[in-house]
Amino acid sequence: MLELQDLRVSYGAIEAVKGLSLSVPKGKIVALVGANGAGKSTTLRAISGLIKAKSGKILFEGKDITNWPAQKVVKLGISMVPEGRRVFPDLTVYENLLLGAFTRTDKAAIARDLEAVYRLFPRLEERRGQLAGTLSGGEQQMLAVGRALMSDPDLLMMDEPSLGLAPVLVQEIFALIKRINESGKTILLIEQNARAALELCDYAYVLETGVVALEGPGKELLRDDRVRKVYLGEQ
Amino acid sequence: MTWSLFWSNLANAVSLGSLYSLVAIGYTMVYGILRLVNFAHADLLMVAAYAAFYGVLVFRLPFAISVLLAIVLTAGVGVLIERRAYRPLRDSPRITAMISAIGVSFLLENLGLVLFTGRPKSFPVPGFLGASTDIAGIRVTNITFVIVFVTAILLLLLLYVIHKTKTGIAMRALARDFDTARLMGVDVDSVISLTFAIGSALAAVGGIMWALKFPQINPLMGMMPGLKCFIAAVFGGIGNVVGAVIGGFLLGVAEIMLVAFLPSVSGYRDAFAFIILIATLLFRPTGLLGEKIGEKV
Ligand SMILES: Nc1ncnc2c1ncn2[C@@H]1O[C@H](COP(=O)(O)OP(=O)(O)OP(=O)(O)O)[C@@H](O)[C@H]1O
Ligand SMILES: [Mg+2]
Repeated sequence: MLELQDLRVSYGAIEAVKGLSLSVPKGKIVALVGANGAGKSTTLRAISGLIKAKSGKILFEGKDITNWPAQKVVKLGISMVPEGRRVFPDLTVYENLLLGAFTRTDKAAIARDLEAVYRLFPRLEERRGQLAGTLSGGEQQMLAVGRALMSDPDLLMMDEPSLGLAPVLVQEIFALIKRINESGKTILLIEQNARAALELCDYAYVLETGVVALEGPGKELLRDDRVRKVYLGEQ
Repeated sequence: MTWSLFWSNLANAVSLGSLYSLVAIGYTMVYGILRLVNFAHADLLMVAAYAAFYGVLVFRLPFAISVLLAIVLTAGVGVLIERRAYRPLRDSPRITAMISAIGVSFLLENLGLVLFTGRPKSFPVPGFLGASTDIAGIRVTNITFVIVFVTAILLLLLLYVIHKTKTGIAMRALARDFDTARLMGVDVDSVISLTFAIGSALAAVGGIMWALKFPQINPLMGMMPGLKCFIAAVFGGIGNVVGAVIGGFLLGVAEIMLVAFLPSVSGYRDAFAFIILIATLLFRPTGLLGEKIGEKV
């Protein structure tokens, strides 16, 4: 469904992604793990059109979408839960969700998806009139996920959805990702929480300073010695 | 002061306050999204007034048509200014864009001087608007009512757009976070253009009504009202539309009442706004309704 070919992205003189290739098959959960600064967020930002790729290709359903503007990428069916949630603090929960559907025009379908998001997160429905900035961290994370779902994406990209959440909530978020995936959405997931991500995903890429160091089915990587040492902190 | 004098002063104060509100909105909307003081905004009053003037007296168009065309033209000028003078500097330091804004303002003023000469022209006021109505023994010119009425309608319309439409929600989102708004599929450039169009159209209405109230127009006519409206926006809490409206309204009312009650200081009328500005910056830098506007993410 999504394919990156030799993608390179730089910030000025610093090259953050140095020839990355990966593919995300339809219906699967693919995880991107790696140390801080490995280039995970940069990769997602390039896919969603927030920064330009220097070279390489981004293909979605066979279509070359390299350096497309963000609004076209959303329309095509890719949405993102950005790193650090980034809900709009002085908009209400409801307004945040509505913005998630900004590119859509079918009112009935939007209303249906809003209902679905409220079913997924009853808490958001209770607080739909509340300013997003006054939600707790966990609630903001739910809102960020709900907002991304409101564009009815085929591919949902999540940048560290469990960041800063209490362990119980982390488990909930992972269960949720599974549910979203089972409802038919393909998922590209970035996680610091490598063990949970590898257990959940169908396939994973381990990034090191802008390149793929290792790849394979999640369960296999869990048994890999290097992964266990470096990313799972085992002896 | 007699009651009738008080009431006519009040009517005058309310209409001046309305004009300030209309123009202050443009400053506050642009500042909210771009963190830029659009100095050229003041000169749009002049652009609109001259456009309407030429429409009526040179092209012999009906008054209403001239006004409509002048508003559209001014909105276009506002959008063009953003495209040419601010957009290329969007990623530059704020001060660079600010200097560009001052440059555009000088450009418009001097272009005005060259095209229209510095000699004031009398603005054609339709008979109905120039006439007065007697209400309980108090004579008030009709334009005074029209200003308050038109302003009220436009403000309600604006609040509706900002709070109830998708585009309005996108505008408010943009005021916080460009990148995340982009992720939602918002076309940042076109929402910014729209913001300039709305702010400039309101300034145009303000400029034309200003010219109807004080029917002598000259190329520098926007400078002083513009500065005061900027002050009104700061006073109300820059970035906050309702704040700009309240700030403009209070400033206009206070200015007229000050002159009415203390005729001896009427020479300091224009200085009053600046005293408000200094006091705001000293004692409540965020303005009446403003919250901390942090650096944008
Ligand atoms: N706006 C920027 N300007 C300059 N350099 C940047 C910018 N954003 C990221 N970088 C650099 O690019 C590299 C990759 O950053 P990126 O955010 O993609 O890492 P990451 O894998 O998401 O890390 P983390 O797990 O900490 O979120 C880092 O070295 C970072 O310093
Ligand atoms: Mg990151």
